[in-house]
Amino acid sequence: MKNNSDPKIIAFCCNWCSYAGADAAGTARLQVKPYFRVIRTMCSSRIDPELILESFKKGAWGVLVAGCHPGDCHYVSGNYKTQRRVALLKNLLKELGIEPKRVRLEWISANEGGKFQKVVNEFVDEITALGPLNLDG
Amino acid sequence: MKIGVYVCHCGGNISEVVNIKEVMAYAEKQGDVVMVKEHAHVCSDVGRNMLIDDIKAQGLDKVVVAACSPQFHGKTFMGTVDKAGLNPYVMEMANIREQCSWPHYGMPKQATEKAKDIVRIAIAKARLDEPLAKKTSPIGKRVLVVGAGIAGIQAALDLGDAGFKVYLVEKEASIGGKMVQLSRTFPTEDCAACILSPKMADVPANTNIELMTHAEILEVKGYLGNYDVTVLKKPKYVDAGKCTACNDCTDVCPVVVPNEHDEGLTSRKAIYIPNPIAVPHSYILDDKSCLGLFPLACTKCYDVCEPGAINYDEKPETVNFTVDTIIVATGYDIFDARDKKVYNFGTTENIITALDMERMIVHEAEGSPIRNVGKRVAFIQCVGSRDEQVGNEYCSRICCMYATKLSQLLKRADPKRDVYVFYTDLRAYGKGFEEYYKRAANTGVKYIRGRVAELYEDPKTKKVLLKAEDTLSRQIIESEFDLVVLSVGMLPSEGTKKIAEQLHLIKSAGGFLQEAHPKFRPVDTLADGIFICGCAQGPKDIPDTVAQASAAASRAIRLMNKGEYEVEPITATVDEDLCCGCGTCVSVCPYDAIKTEYRADKRVAKVNEILCQGCGSCSAACPSGASQQHWFRTVQLRAMVSAALGEEES
Repeated sequence: MKNNSDPKIIAFCCNWCSYAGADAAGTARLQVKPYFRVIRTMCSSRIDPELILESFKKGAWGVLVAGCHPGDCHYVSGNYKTQRRVALLKNLLKELGIEPKRVRLEWISANEGGKFQKVVNEFVDEITALGPLNLDG
Repeated sequence: MKIGVYVCHCGGNISEVVNIKEVMAYAEKQGDVVMVKEHAHVCSDVGRNMLIDDIKAQGLDKVVVAACSPQFHGKTFMGTVDKAGLNPYVMEMANIREQCSWPHYGMPKQATEKAKDIVRIAIAKARLDEPLAKKTSPIGKRVLVVGAGIAGIQAALDLGDAGFKVYLVEKEASIGGKMVQLSRTFPTEDCAACILSPKMADVPANTNIELMTHAEILEVKGYLGNYDVTVLKKPKYVDAGKCTACNDCTDVCPVVVPNEHDEGLTSRKAIYIPNPIAVPHSYILDDKSCLGLFPLACTKCYDVCEPGAINYDEKPETVNFTVDTIIVATGYDIFDARDKKVYNFGTTENIITALDMERMIVHEAEGSPIRNVGKRVAFIQCVGSRDEQVGNEYCSRICCMYATKLSQLLKRADPKRDVYVFYTDLRAYGKGFEEYYKRAANTGVKYIRGRVAELYEDPKTKKVLLKAEDTLSRQIIESEFDLVVLSVGMLPSEGTKKIAEQLHLIKSAGGFLQEAHPKFRPVDTLADGIFICGCAQGPKDIPDTVAQASAAASRAIRLMNKGEYEVEPITATVDEDLCCGCGTCVSVCPYDAIKTEYRADKRVAKVNEILCQGCGSCSAACPSGASQQHWFRTVQLRAMVSAALGEEES
């Protein structure tokens, strides 16, 4: 993502639900705005909040964290941990002067290609409106 | 380090959108990349042999395949590099099909830019991949089969015959499921009970099958090779060993309630045999309708029972056992036609469901008709299926053919009867179905394409006035019928919903259980060792259900037969030098796979690699960075983030 005018979004997707949901969007040929890059982990609970901060430090405009729906986690309760960590991180972001809505947590199941498309497209629009993150300001 | 990058055209799926040459030129410029090649189908024999030859000849130690999703061909290419003598975990896939050429087909330029990034991310991860040792774990030969309809019965019999220990758990008092209620089966018109009852009888006869009826799963804990199951066996109050099935208890029982086996069209007593071919063939006292057990309100059945089989003191019993794999065969429920409000079902005596009609036909064939069918009968198709108004978009697949079957049986009983079928599309997709439908049409069953808009009851005659548009002749039809039959579709059963929650299974759009892959893994789930079959997976007819049940049994056998299975080595590991023994990882592990213990001079965390399922939650929580998940180490994730954002690695 080198073009400076395009939004840069990192999408952390869990292997079982949301990565498969992203695949499902493609398989159904649903058109998704191309300004996100997916990083797959087995569970959303592998995503350390530091990794989200690292993404901002490296130039991300927004970070999407997507996991299985509550109750559906392949690892029993990983998504609940993610939910708590993201909530805490959002508080911290405020302190750091980063708009909390630059981080978005979503539950997307393996068959919800349509939801993946909708979430990403909405998020791209929101982040485009916010513009690049100015960490020096 | 020597990294080889292979860019796949996927027969145009990728190359028609993404500029392959540009991606290749970009990959060539990446550090450590010594070879970049393209192929129309890297997954083909030729493509895979090219990889194997290159790995051997060029001494590649890392491979990136830019092609489809790792969920599609990840295992394929891991196997390929393994064949070439490389560790499977030094191969990375760059998903430039499902997540690039397909969702961005309208923007080839951006798609090509994104494909470069995806390849760059994969290279960044591959660079830091370490070979992971294969591990195996012992596995036994014990299976839990949930649900004993035709799917569960077939799976249990296959497994039992193959020498595996089966625990077959059924919530109803008898096995047999919905098929027990059917008159005949399409398109051959075999008597359903006649073909089912020998199979039902085979279940208790099979010494490898432990059958638990009137029982429910309370809890399942554990993992492949070690599922800890708790079952609640509810009291039947009748000792099947003593009961001689003389029927004296039923004769004296004063309680009369609707009979579920006949969809409430007939009645039964509070103590009863569930159906004429019930297995186990013994009585059960329905404690919800009995006049009272605590305190005893009536002891008529007890008094009359000569062998003394009745025991009012029987208590619910909790049973525990361990299994290695699980097959879910929890079937379907029929759509509640009251939810399709315009058809006035439930308040109108001459509007019934197809399952009601099945029961009426059975009783009529036995010479004890429940009620008069009448001279003019209409079937309404797609009630609760293909209907977004009721929230069900899917086709239930069986209704076109069962309506055809029922109309044939009605016509045969009385050739002068007028039988109409109002359909949306006629789906005769199975073997012999089209021929069966044509035969029915030739015998005078009138098929009319059109959805029925409204049904009204004539308050005097109780006949049903039907309004529909024939969409082929463009005529409005208003006609009166003696009986209207709603061809109700299938819903995921309550049991399916419950087990999905208990086992954390993923559901597909209609609420049925989702298979691991729609084409190549149709009875696997994403949970290792859990399989699905029959209508729990989606609407289907009896032959498809039986085929899936046998498939599920065979997939389970495939896992268990070797006595050991390969464990994914992407577990967590702890660097004892960095670990401060705080135990944060212990508290977040959902599998109790981590314990802290004393090592020399300090407390450290220790991971049980068999219990660890590889979620990586502990690695995210570890404050010192001591806990690392293999294949998803923090340095790798950071490198991927950097690569995604086009930054130089830090």
